[in-house]
Amino acid sequence: MKLTHKVALASLMGLSFAATAATLLKADTAKSSVSATFKQMNVPVEAKFKKFTAAIDYNPASPDASKATVEIETASIDIGDPEYNKEVAKKEWFNAAQFPKATFVSSSIKAAGAGKLTVTGKLNIKGKATDVTFPLSVKADGGKYTFDGVLPIKRLTYNIGEGEWKDTSMVADEVTIKFHVAAQ
Amino acid sequence: MQRYTTTAIILHWLTALLIISAFTLGLVMTDIPGLTPAKLKYFSWHKWLGVTVLAIAAIRLLWRKANVPPPHPASMVAWQKKAADGMHILLYILIFAVPISGYVYTLAAGVPVVYLGLFQLPVFMGPNPELKPLLKEIHYVLNMTMAAAVAAHVLAALKHQFIDRDGVLKRMLP
Repeated sequence: MKLTHKVALASLMGLSFAATAATLLKADTAKSSVSATFKQMNVPVEAKFKKFTAAIDYNPASPDASKATVEIETASIDIGDPEYNKEVAKKEWFNAAQFPKATFVSSSIKAAGAGKLTVTGKLNIKGKATDVTFPLSVKADGGKYTFDGVLPIKRLTYNIGEGEWKDTSMVADEVTIKFHVAAQ
Repeated sequence: MQRYTTTAIILHWLTALLIISAFTLGLVMTDIPGLTPAKLKYFSWHKWLGVTVLAIAAIRLLWRKANVPPPHPASMVAWQKKAADGMHILLYILIFAVPISGYVYTLAAGVPVVYLGLFQLPVFMGPNPELKPLLKEIHYVLNMTMAAAVAAHVLAALKHQFIDRDGVLKRMLP
């Protein structure tokens, strides 16, 4: 009887320990968003990715043990017009047929002050992988977390816009990826 | 015969040139399939032209208020005077309505106008995918109405010149 009690307690402790060591959060995609903002002849345009998944292994007590993986379906881009969305999925832009997903996989997450993290990892778009580092802010509300980050990239690094679209006077090289992930 | 003021004449022909350019560009750019740099360029130019037409229209209206246009020739019968006045009012309405409808349409499409690529013009409404098709249709119908009104305007001017020979056209010629 005593033994069972101890085992039960130990397993309960073990469980709670596991819970604090790593909390695999489930992203609520309905409340989350990923967008890319760029300038087309100086006109700011915001494109939204309708389909993506985010897996965040986050522990507020030791953020350094956190991990994050984001997968974006490149064909789900919405630049505000169904006809243009199809064009942007084509070979010259995202080549969604060959590269259906853009991914980010973290390699290190470090605490950078209250509610702030510095995230480093591999960003893979259109078969081109690069190391990126960006600041991420995190807000906790009970068991719910929201992560907000801004990551400036250059589209030509990833061959986004080939051929005549390499002209940055038409579409600027600078693209700002913004994301907001609500998870629990 | 009393002529229009030089300012009115310049503004009139400038408006004509800009409207014909914007209209032609509008037809050409919407005929380009897919997405090309030229297409995006034409869209921007089309919007800049439209905004310029709108600005000049405002100036023209103010000028017209301060400088009364020459009266109709006495040879014109009453219904013709009324028709001419009505047509000029319609043209003025369209000169404002066509660019405004295009401006609202592009805002609904989520693409604000950055005039000459230099500065962004006011964004008084956000992207509106529901309203977008309706605004597109309105912009198109207004344009076709304008094309018809301009054709009538030109034909009337030619009638005055070659049939009535009353010098009405000369009042507006440079």
